[in-house]
Amino acid sequence: MTKSEITVPATSGNRLLRQWRRVKKWWPVYLMMLPGAAYLIINNYIPMTGIVVAFKKYNVQDGIWGSRWVGLQNFEYLFTSKDAWIMTRNTLLYNLAFLVINNVLGILTAILITEVNRKRFRHFFQSMVLVPFVLSIVIISYIVFAFLSADGGILNHTILPALGLDEVDWYNSPRYWPFILVIVNAWKGVGYGSMIYIAGITGIDKGLYEAAELDGAGKIRQILNVTLPSLVPSIITLCMLSIGRIFYSDFGLFYQVPMNSGTLYSVTNVIDTQVYRMLITVGNIGMSSASGFYQSIVGFILVFMSNMLVRKISADNALF
Amino acid sequence: MKNRYPVTQLIAYIFLILMTVCILSPLVLLFISSITDESTLIVNGYSFMPDKLSLEAYSYIFTKGESILRSYRTTILVTIIGTAGNLLLSSMFAFGLSQPNLPGRKFLSFFVFFTMLFNGGLVPSYLMWTGTFHIKNTIWALILPNFLMSAMNVILMRTYFMTSIPGALYESAEIDGASQFTIFRKIVIPLGKPILVTMGVFTGLAYWNDWTNGLYYITDTRKFGIQNYLNKLITDAQFLMQNATMSSSQLMPSMSIKMAIAFIAIIPILIVYPFLQKYFQSGISLGAVKG
Repeated sequence: MTKSEITVPATSGNRLLRQWRRVKKWWPVYLMMLPGAAYLIINNYIPMTGIVVAFKKYNVQDGIWGSRWVGLQNFEYLFTSKDAWIMTRNTLLYNLAFLVINNVLGILTAILITEVNRKRFRHFFQSMVLVPFVLSIVIISYIVFAFLSADGGILNHTILPALGLDEVDWYNSPRYWPFILVIVNAWKGVGYGSMIYIAGITGIDKGLYEAAELDGAGKIRQILNVTLPSLVPSIITLCMLSIGRIFYSDFGLFYQVPMNSGTLYSVTNVIDTQVYRMLITVGNIGMSSASGFYQSIVGFILVFMSNMLVRKISADNALF
Repeated sequence: MKNRYPVTQLIAYIFLILMTVCILSPLVLLFISSITDESTLIVNGYSFMPDKLSLEAYSYIFTKGESILRSYRTTILVTIIGTAGNLLLSSMFAFGLSQPNLPGRKFLSFFVFFTMLFNGGLVPSYLMWTGTFHIKNTIWALILPNFLMSAMNVILMRTYFMTSIPGALYESAEIDGASQFTIFRKIVIPLGKPILVTMGVFTGLAYWNDWTNGLYYITDTRKFGIQNYLNKLITDAQFLMQNATMSSSQLMPSMSIKMAIAFIAIIPILIVYPFLQKYFQSGISLGAVKG
């Protein structure tokens, strides 16, 4: 077909007809793709266009499209409030802390798991570290509650008294929460990260270790000089991808785990919780949509740029 | 690597055993709290070694806890419908993308892929789902938004179909006069089973654990799934604590019941986990390669 296209100069009518035949042959496939396409249009593309609501004064009667344009007013309100700075700072700093701690612990765990000499125990540890990954954030918030709550928490009732320390009103003491959230996030996420690094380590050529051993390298040397350098591409890729997502956070971790406690907002408010609270609790659609717009646009730029970088380092791992 | 480095082995075992304890002990605490006698809880708080045990919480749930069981049924239903729907939509779309000669394939790939790069955020979605589709306080609110199809599922399925199903199979099926529907049903589904199961496990977990859709779109507590029921339970208890003078606490499920419901919510996951964990592991490394 392509050959005849080259040799016989077709009229545009002919070409259209041929094109149509080609497409027609595939109609069952298009039909099968239709429900998925419709879903993506509704769930993803229509809300993308709805992002303009950030430049409007929304009211229910007129809907997104009928409401009055107000230019940058919503953004003025947002960026003159102190929320904008707090939520941006919290989102970025927590994500950086998570990135460093989860990756360091993930790599360490992965190295130690692959070192275990008995296969049965290796599998056992591997499935143990992944357990928190399957728990919902609501369940995790219950576990945290069992530790921290004022009326029955094991810390205030058993552990702190045993250490001779005073009780702490955890859900009203902002200064502890940066640590609590980092610990909870590590508890939840280290297993997931280590799975990725275990896959990386099992892919390393065993000959490299044998060669290192012949050169008299001990275990520590082997880890430092063979394992870690071989993991560098995965580490960089994972870090870049996390940086691409640095404007987004796990809503449940920052909303549900601190029990939406108002006294903690200064250390728990991130962009995702701000958007939700402004929309549902406060009902300030202008403020909420401006925060959402800010997240979508900066988030898009970051994903885009981090992917360009990943592409430079290892094209296989890039999203596009 | 046969025991030539006993010290490394020792360190690895000690570290990993400690880590396993750190991971399991909070779950054990959750379970023990759920079978602790209520008066013991009030006096001593949650504890690993309570003075007195009791199954009262569980008997309450299964005799008087109609609302708990209802939310449980809702979650089961939503998980089944959502997972089935997701697998159907995703696999059909991925099948199309896996056909190298499909006209418009590049555009359709980008169409899926772009949803991973950019999204409109909560506000426009919320306004659309509640304003145009009126899903608020219906079971659709727990099924439709966000989870019915994901670009990641589609892309992983497409890659799997392309690499594991030989093109020659399609050709011979076409020569035999099989329609594309038959090819999808008789070739793609059976041969794509491993990826379908893996993606199904992840999607099922996402539906079971999701509480955001319920938080955004459900205000009627009778329509709650189990996660939102739990969420309500713990935030309302807090509310009662803050207003301790209003002594309506008799009506609230007690401390042990809270933990019992939480434990019931994770039991199905803990039961299937040993069988499904290899899918979690392979799924994570698959997903890591692509994002």
